[in-house]
Formats: sequence, structure tokens, C-alpha cells
Amino acid sequence: MKYLLFIFSLCVLVTNLQATTRQVGKNKEYATVTAAVKAASTGDTVLVFAGLYREKNLVIAKKIVLKGTGYPVLDGEKKYEVISVKTDGVVVEGFRIIHSGVSSIEDMGGIKIYDSRDVVIRNNILEDTFFGIYVQYGKHCIIENNRITAYAQEEQQSGNGIHCWKSDSLQIIGNTISGQRDGIYFEFVTNSVIWRNNSFRNIRYGLHFMFSHNDAYIFNHFTHNGAGVAVMYSHGVKMYSNVFEENWGDAAYGLLLKEISDSYIDGNTFVKNTSGIYMEGASRIHMQKNQFQNNGWGMKIQASCMDIEVTKNNFISNTFDVGTNGSLVLNTFNSNYWDKYDGYDLNKDKVGDVPYRPVSMYSMIVEKNPPAMLLFRSFITTLLDKTEKVLPSLTPEGLKDSRPQMKRLF
Amino acid sequence: MKKIIKYVMADILRNRIVLVYLLFLLVASFSVFSLEDNSSKGLLSLLNIILLIVPLISIIFSTIYVYNSAEFIELLVSQPLKRKSIWISLFIGLAGSLSIAFFIGVGIPVLLYEANMVGFLMIGVGILLSIIFVAIAMLAAVKTRDKAKGIGMAILLWVYFSILFDGLVLFLLFQFADYPLEKAMVGVSALNPIDLSRILILLQLDVSAMMGYTGAIFKDFFGTTTGMLISLLVLLTWVSLPVWLSVRNFNRKDL
Repeated sequence: MKYLLFIFSLCVLVTNLQATTRQVGKNKEYATVTAAVKAASTGDTVLVFAGLYREKNLVIAKKIVLKGTGYPVLDGEKKYEVISVKTDGVVVEGFRIIHSGVSSIEDMGGIKIYDSRDVVIRNNILEDTFFGIYVQYGKHCIIENNRITAYAQEEQQSGNGIHCWKSDSLQIIGNTISGQRDGIYFEFVTNSVIWRNNSFRNIRYGLHFMFSHNDAYIFNHFTHNGAGVAVMYSHGVKMYSNVFEENWGDAAYGLLLKEISDSYIDGNTFVKNTSGIYMEGASRIHMQKNQFQNNGWGMKIQASCMDIEVTKNNFISNTFDVGTNGSLVLNTFNSNYWDKYDGYDLNKDKVGDVPYRPVSMYSMIVEKNPPAMLLFRSFITTLLDKTEKVLPSLTPEGLKDSRPQMKRLF
Repeated sequence: MKKIIKYVMADILRNRIVLVYLLFLLVASFSVFSLEDNSSKGLLSLLNIILLIVPLISIIFSTIYVYNSAEFIELLVSQPLKRKSIWISLFIGLAGSLSIAFFIGVGIPVLLYEANMVGFLMIGVGILLSIIFVAIAMLAAVKTRDKAKGIGMAILLWVYFSILFDGLVLFLLFQFADYPLEKAMVGVSALNPIDLSRILILLQLDVSAMMGYTGAIFKDFFGTTTGMLISLLVLLTWVSLPVWLSVRNFNRKDL
């Protein structure tokens, strides 16, 4: 009897779960995706075969799986938002979405998620979309392995690659984004993770954080972005093992921190940026095991920062290791490796016996008077730097590493 | 004229100072490249040698040489030779031998370790600097009859170009800090061949630091082909102007 009941309940479950697959394509059940979506009921799969579909604005208000095989093209004809997801648990997978509408009133996306949770957007190719993937009031959504390419020329005329607004617990994984305004944009997004993305050649920032607390971004690669990566007005941000590379220009930074607190910056690599990190109004930040190499300025810490702990980082071949704009220093530097350190180590404990002052006189002069760059590496500036090292007057007295490492750390 | 150049060069080689100079450059360049762990850092150290030592040796050696060959010059003037060709041959002999010494001493190590755009630029700039300071030395030597005064003037000129000028620029920058001086600075750099050479090389070397606003302006000018050509032209003016002035002076000089 018990056994029978189990079988019976299993049967009920199966019939309940029974979902049909509706095929869309030439000589298939449905000719357009809209028709198939209209006919589908909750739990169905709409399978779209390769071809060009002009569906205007495709609204998905049922919990279905929308799947493309062979990358069917959804064309927004430069007028429409291509896919609008308006309910929970929708999966959009395997499409090539091109030419979304551009509007300065509405934020049109290639794929836009409205007030939904558990939505999965996976393996899509988006080309020439205004906003690529737009998440608005999303929760627990996964955006994975999408390739977003745009050809934006101006900041005002372009949207962001992955734009998330007032969302929570998102996972942004393995996406490739280029040519947008910001690669990934977070505003009022909490408890989310950005992992293994590649964001390059965007007009403004590779990644842009605003008022987004307790998020983590890990193993991402940001190269050749107009102004690098900006993290602003947030707290509890974890930045681990990212690579910031070749962000060049006067207002370009590998990483720009503005009004950030209680955050961690560990194991990142900063290579060939005008400034590796630029900090303003940041507080209580732990920076460990980062690599700063071939930057113009390894790090610029404005005097408005406090309680920043810089420990065990490598500073190699930077033109200036650290720059600052005032004499107030409320931050600590400890146990870093500086390739410009010329002190000695008598007791052989691999820690230099004289403290290292990473701010050079000339970097202070340039900070105050940028045209002085003309005298870069001239004899007179070397002379000034040497005298300043013996008798610090212009450079902040407290900015020093008392335990400089003799050997490169990693 | 060829004969005089040949004679001057042979004479310079015979007194061995140029050979010692060559050896010094060779040892310095090789040690710089083998001591530093990456060779672009080696180039930077070498840049300091080029910007300080090369002008110093060129200007002082040439001044002393011109004074010491006063009798030889008097002998030549008594022959049926144009004064202009005597002076120019003296210049070519001096500039040629110092440039060859520089090319062997610095050029060969650079070509071995860093045979790229920066390397070539460095060799070119070094040779030009040698020639420029020979020209300036000859102008200084022809202007003053007194040997001690002439050599003193040569040393002062070197101090001016390598140190004082930059100090002056720094002073002016702070005095006029409220004005947009970036573009003017490009013009100011043309007033000192050492500064001009330094900026030309640094724009190829320290790319990231020079990408700031000021750097961008320099890059816009010096980084382009036209900018490079103009800088080359300015450097050549630094050769031809002193030579022309000294020839004029020598022509009128009562020996």
C-alpha cells in the first residue's frame, strides 16, 4: 500500500512537471518566437533554431526556458528593447541579440530584467546594443558567459554592458564586455559577486560601483578602459585577484576609490596604468599582496584618506611609487617591497634597517605644478630628491615604510 | 680640407684622451646593462651618462684642444687656405672623433642589449649632443683669447645647460604657477639641447608617467613624426648656429 502510494505520488509529480518543448524556426511548429511564447505555459521550453527573427519587443511574462540553438539572431532594428523578462525563474540562453533601440528617455537593453528573481541569462552574444543586459530590481539572478560588444563613440550616446540597479544577490560570471560606456555598472546592488569577467576598451569605466555594499569582485580582467575601474560611495567591497592593465590618460586610474570604507584589496595586479590606485576619502581599507608594476604612479593617496593599511605589496618599476597631496598621513605602510629602496640590512633578517619614504620630492612638485614634468629625470630633480631624503621638508614626515623588504615578496 | 680633417683626427687619436673616453663609455655601458636586472632600466642609467658626461667631455676637451692647437692654426692661416675651411675642418675633425668614440663606446652596447626604437634614438641623440657641444666649445674658444677664461667659460656653459637651466625653469614654473604653462614649456625645452634630448627619449621610455595632462601635451608634440622632425631641426640649429657664429668670429679675428 505504501509502495503504491509512492508510485502514485510520483506519477502526479511527473505529470505536473511535464513540460513541452515548442520549436521555433523555418518549417517548425511556430514561425515566430512571440507566437511560441504566447502559446507556452509555465515550465515549457521554447527552442529557437538558427535564423533571423524580428520580434520587436519580446516580452516574457511566464516562467519558461527560452533557448536558442546555433545562435538565432534577434534583431531589435534599432528601435526596440529586444527581450524583456518580467517574471521569476526565466532562462534565456544561446541567442545572438543585435541592434537594440537607443533612447535617451528609456534605458533600452538587449535583455532587460524587471522585478524578477532567479532569472538566468547565459551564453548569449550581444552586439550593438544600447544597454547590454539590464537588471532592475533583480534578485538571485545569474548572468553567465555572455559576450557583449558595442561600438560606442561617445559617453552620452551609449549604455552600459551589464547594468544592475537596486538588485541583490546577483552572480555575474565569465562575461566578456567591450565598447560600452561602462563594462559593468552597479548601483544600489548588494551581496553580489562579479567573477572571471573580462572588460576592455570601454569608453568610461571597466567596472563602476555606486552605493553598492558588501559585493565582491574576483579574478576579473580590466584593460584599456577610458578611466579604469571606479568604486564609489560603497562599503564592504572585496576586490581579490583582479588585473588592472593599461588604463592610460590624465583622468585614468587602474582603480579609483572614492568614499570607500571597510574594504579589502588583495592579490590584485596593476600594470602600466597612469595611476595604479587613486584614493580619495577612503577609510579602513586593507591592501595586501598586490603587485604594482610599470605604473606612472603606483598609488595616489590623497590626504583625505585614513586607516588604510598597505602591507606586503610589491612596487616594481613604477615611475613614482606613492603620491599624495598634503602632509597629513593617517595611513600605515608596512613590510612592502620597493624596488627603489636603497637601504641596507645588517642583521640579515630580510628587512631593511632604514625606513623607506615612498613619496619623492619631485612627485610632490609635479602634484603641485604639473608642467614641472618637463624636468622629469633631470639632474636637478635627482639632486632635490637626494637632499629631501636626508632632510624631509616638503614630503610628509609620517609617510614611510618602517619595515621595507629586501627581497621581492612573490 | 680633407687633409686637415685627417691630420686633426690623427692628432686627437695620438693624444689618447679620446681613447680613454671611449673606454670609459664602453665599460660604463656594459656594466650598466649587466648590473641592472632589466635592460630598460639600464637605458635609464645610461641616459644620465649621456646627458651629463657626454656634453661635459665634449665641451672641455674641444675647448682645450682648440687652445692647444693655436700655433698649428696660425701655421695653417699663413698657408693659401680659406679661414672658413680651416675652422670647419677643425670642427669636423673634433666632432667626428668624439662622435665615433661615442658610437663605439655607447652605441655598440646599446645595439647589443636594446636594439629598438629607444636605443636608436638614444644613439642618435648622443651623437648630436657630442656635436652640439663641440660647436659651443669652439664658439667659446674663438670668443676669448685668454685660455683660462675660455676653459672657465666652457665649464660654466656646461653647468648652465645641465643644472642651472633646469633650476631656472623650476623657479619660473613656481613663479607663474597660476598660468597655463604647458604649451610654453614645449617652447622652453627647445632652448636647451640637453632638455630636448631628455624629453625625446623619455617619451619613448616612461610612457605611463608621461601620460598625464602635461605628458599628453608633450606627447602630442614630440611623439608625432612632425614633432620629432622639428626637434631634430632644433637640435641641428644648435649645431649650425654656434658653428656659423664661430666661423664669422674666426674670419674677423686678429690672430
